[in-house]
Amino acid sequence: MIYTIPQKELINPGHLACQGCGGALALRTVLKTLGENTILTFPACCWSVIDGPFPYSAVKVPLFHTAFETAAVTAAGVKAGVKKAQDPNTISVAWAGDGGTFDIGIQALSGAAERNEDMFYFVYDNEAYMNTGVQRSSATPKGAWTTTTPTQSPKKERKKDLVSIIAAHAVPYIATACVAYPEDLTKKLEKAKKIKGFKFFHIFAPCPPGWKINPQDTIRIAKMAVENKMFPLFEIEDGEKYTINMPNPKKEKNVPVNEYILKQGRFRHLKEDDINEIQAFVDKRWEKLKKLAEI
Amino acid sequence: MSTQKVLMGNHALSWGAVTSRVQVISAYPITPQTQVVELLSEMCTDGTLDAEFIKVESEHSAMAACIGASAAGARTFTATSAQGLALMHEMLHWAVGGRLPVVMGNINRAMAPPWTIWTEQTDSLSQRDTGWLQVYASSNQEVYDSVLMAYKIAENRKVSLPMMIVLDAFFLSHTSENVIMIDQNKADAYLPKYDPEFKLDVKNPHTFGGLTTPDWYMELRYNIQKGMDDSYQVIRDAQSEFKSVFGRDYGMVEEYKCEDADVILVGMATAASTGKESIDILRNKGVKAGLLRIRYFRPFPFEDVRRVLKNAKQILVLDRNLSPGLGGITFQEVKSAMYNEKNKPPIYGFIMGLGGRDITVESITNLFEHAKKNDPQDIIWMEVKK
Ligand SMILES: Cc1ncc(C[n+]2csc(CCOP(=O)(O)OP(=O)(O)O)c2C)c(N)n1
Ligand SMILES: [Mg+2]
Repeated sequence: MIYTIPQKELINPGHLACQGCGGALALRTVLKTLGENTILTFPACCWSVIDGPFPYSAVKVPLFHTAFETAAVTAAGVKAGVKKAQDPNTISVAWAGDGGTFDIGIQALSGAAERNEDMFYFVYDNEAYMNTGVQRSSATPKGAWTTTTPTQSPKKERKKDLVSIIAAHAVPYIATACVAYPEDLTKKLEKAKKIKGFKFFHIFAPCPPGWKINPQDTIRIAKMAVENKMFPLFEIEDGEKYTINMPNPKKEKNVPVNEYILKQGRFRHLKEDDINEIQAFVDKRWEKLKKLAEI
Repeated sequence: MSTQKVLMGNHALSWGAVTSRVQVISAYPITPQTQVVELLSEMCTDGTLDAEFIKVESEHSAMAACIGASAAGARTFTATSAQGLALMHEMLHWAVGGRLPVVMGNINRAMAPPWTIWTEQTDSLSQRDTGWLQVYASSNQEVYDSVLMAYKIAENRKVSLPMMIVLDAFFLSHTSENVIMIDQNKADAYLPKYDPEFKLDVKNPHTFGGLTTPDWYMELRYNIQKGMDDSYQVIRDAQSEFKSVFGRDYGMVEEYKCEDADVILVGMATAASTGKESIDILRNKGVKAGLLRIRYFRPFPFEDVRRVLKNAKQILVLDRNLSPGLGGITFQEVKSAMYNEKNKPPIYGFIMGLGGRDITVESITNLFEHAKKNDPQDIIWMEVKK
């Protein structure tokens, strides 16, 4: 089934994102489906800058900038506010980076998920603190360079498995998505719009300057991450029903992580052994996911 | 005839929120505030109050939830104390910068460590530079009435700033007093629905709090100060309307026998109301003593303070708080208020009653004794084991 993405743009051209910004593309796609009856809440992240300096604003829906660690709860407050003072059907959206989600904002996020607030939470994951100049976050993958994990001592710890943490809250809907697959994202948004309660989207969003890739390679690299299962696409309903939705089942077999790794400056220092280790980790995690989805 | 209830200070806050028809509450429990939110939880469940109660996982989140709801146009309420207020600090600034009239009850409690739950004003006074209006109560009636007035003042478009109602741990929070309840129809007439000039509105989309360069930030700060400047008149109007409708008279300060007084004690909250008894005792002994209770700490009531104190021969300031390295915080404000006056009476800065230690009628009369025998000093520690 082919999903058409709504045409109407809710982001103006002329925003301040870098060329090839995955985060900018992600919001553009999301807003098209959520539509105009949406209020956005941004914590500190690249999007606090991308939207444009006062008095300019790129988004065409109401937007509230909030403190770094409060995206989830501020958006929950907005929802309670519109429920009491305006239209209870208005969609409230927390839109945060990986740092604001995996790290400093995880407490408020866990609270909102546990209370099953009727809202959307999106994390656009560029795998580091990009706003402040590429420092590691707990979403940074093992082996990656950042300014706080220099090449002599790249990140030693694995990426935090946040989706499992959110799943443990048994929220009604969780999806992973990727900017290279806007139809898949749109389809999931359509589905989530019909669900009451907490909807969590983890969107893979490459960052050319932070990953040391060419801006024109954002989509290519995002696609590779899905094909090689570095970032598999799936849904979790009620914290337990897993559905894998790989966009290209034919290509699903054995796409190695090599090419993906070698295309990015942030991994350039890695040796063959390091890459093998990443491969082994990705394979293991994929098997685990398949088991969860009972394939 | 108006109804009366016997209410502890905490429940006076809860009832204030009910009478003000708050729409969104978000709070986190902390001793000695818990009864405020316990009662409100019940009232949201049994239909006494038609509000959303977001039971968050921290005070930082409580304030963030109130901020989000307020930005969406709802009337919001929270309450906290000490550690909770300190945890909110970043968001206190956010409510001010966002010009959001959130109203909060803060039960004064000393800061840890060591763990303590008893009263002291350092928690709220160390938030004085965030831009919240602060009013300090000395009776449960005043707590209850202050909530209704707080919304009226904070939501006034000339002000558009958040407001804190402050009460002493235990001496008010857990002490029951008779409270005259406000008739709901009269309350609704006094405090109409919140109607903000700007809100998050899908029909009229705007962005709030976006990146602001040095070209504009300063003007926004100027406007916050202007809101504070304009709030003096708004407060006076709200108080005189309150008096004409409900009969109770509040000022930015409360004066007790100050008119002909030679020695005036300046204080806040319940310690100041205890002081009234000391004044009576001193007056009986022929001492021309008076008492000035500061109700509004922000905006600071410069005019009233100068008017009342300018003819005094001695000013004694009682602080149940401490800014280490400086001294009493009220003392600092009073001293700076008097600095440009022609008549500058000597000012004594007393520190007393920290961490909830009792301030008795006798401890207050002792301050006058001390001032009779000693030169003024910026910090005079009273009743401390040295
Ligand atoms: C309390 C607080 N600490 C630190 C910062 C500084 N800060 C702003 S954005 C940011 C990183 C954001 O990273 P992420 O959430 O991944 O979003 P990205 O910038 O990558 O889009 C940091 C550390 C802040 N604004 N507030
Ligand atoms: Mg990031």
